[in-house]
Amino acid sequence: MDSSLRIPILKIGDILIASIQVALHDASAVQFKDDLLQKIHDTRAKGVIIDLTALDVVDSFIGRLIADIAAMAGLMGTRVVLTGLQPAVAITLVELGLELPRVLTALNLEKGLSVMQRLTAEIGDGSV
Amino acid sequence: MAQSKTAVIRSDLDIVIARTMARDTARALGFGAIDQARIATAVSELARNIFLYAGTGNVTVREVEKLGRKGIEIVCEDQGPGIPNIDLVMQDGYSTSRGMGMGLPGARRLMDEFVIRSQEGVGTTITCRKWRN
Repeated sequence: MDSSLRIPILKIGDILIASIQVALHDASAVQFKDDLLQKIHDTRAKGVIIDLTALDVVDSFIGRLIADIAAMAGLMGTRVVLTGLQPAVAITLVELGLELPRVLTALNLEKGLSVMQRLTAEIGDGSV
Repeated sequence: MAQSKTAVIRSDLDIVIARTMARDTARALGFGAIDQARIATAVSELARNIFLYAGTGNVTVREVEKLGRKGIEIVCEDQGPGIPNIDLVMQDGYSTSRGMGMGLPGARRLMDEFVIRSQEGVGTTITCRKWRN
C-alpha cells in the first residue's frame, strides 16, 4: 500500500469533485482533508462534492473526518455534498452512531451535481 | 475448519489490512454484503483502538460454530495499558484520545457478542462474534 497516496481533486467550474476510489488509511485521509481545504482556498470553489461510491467501509474515523471537512469548508464559505454512499455503508454508519446530521448528501454524483448547482446559485458570485 | 488468520497492528496501514482480512473471511463464510460491512467496520474500530492506545497488538479472525450455527469470531489482543473502567469506555461519546468515543460501543452494536477482558498494566483482549443468518 502506498502511504503517499493522494486523492485527485478535480475542478469543474466553481465546483470541486473528489472521488475516493481506494480504502483510505488514517494518514491518507488526513492528507485528503488538508489537500481539499487548500484547493478550496486556491480555487475559491463554491462547492465540493465528495463521492464515496467505491468505499465499502466508512468507520468512525473517516466518518468524523468527513463531518470535519464539511464543517471546515462551511467556515470557508463552501458547501459540501456527499454522494454515493452504499446501502451497507449507510447502515453501518447509523449503527455506529454516526449519522452525519449536518452533512448534505445525495444518492449519486449526478444528483449531487444538481443539488450543488442549486446551492451555489444561492451563494452567487461572492461580490458585494 | 477453524483456520484462523492474524493481522499484526503496528501502524494505521495495518488497520486497513486487518479489516480487509476480516471482510474477506466473512465473505468466504457466506455473510451478506451488509454483515460484511458491519464486521469490517467493527474490526476497523477495534484495530484502531489497539493502534491508538496500545501501539501494537494482534487481530485474529476465525470461523466458529455453535449449535449448528456458523459465525465469525474476532479476537483483538494487546499488551497495552489496559482499560481501568470498562463501563465508562462502553458509554457512547466517552473518549480519552482523538476518537469520537464511539469505537467500542459502536463496534459492539455492529456485532452479536462482545466481551472485553482487560487488566491495567497487562493488556486488553476483546472477543466478538457475529452469527450468520
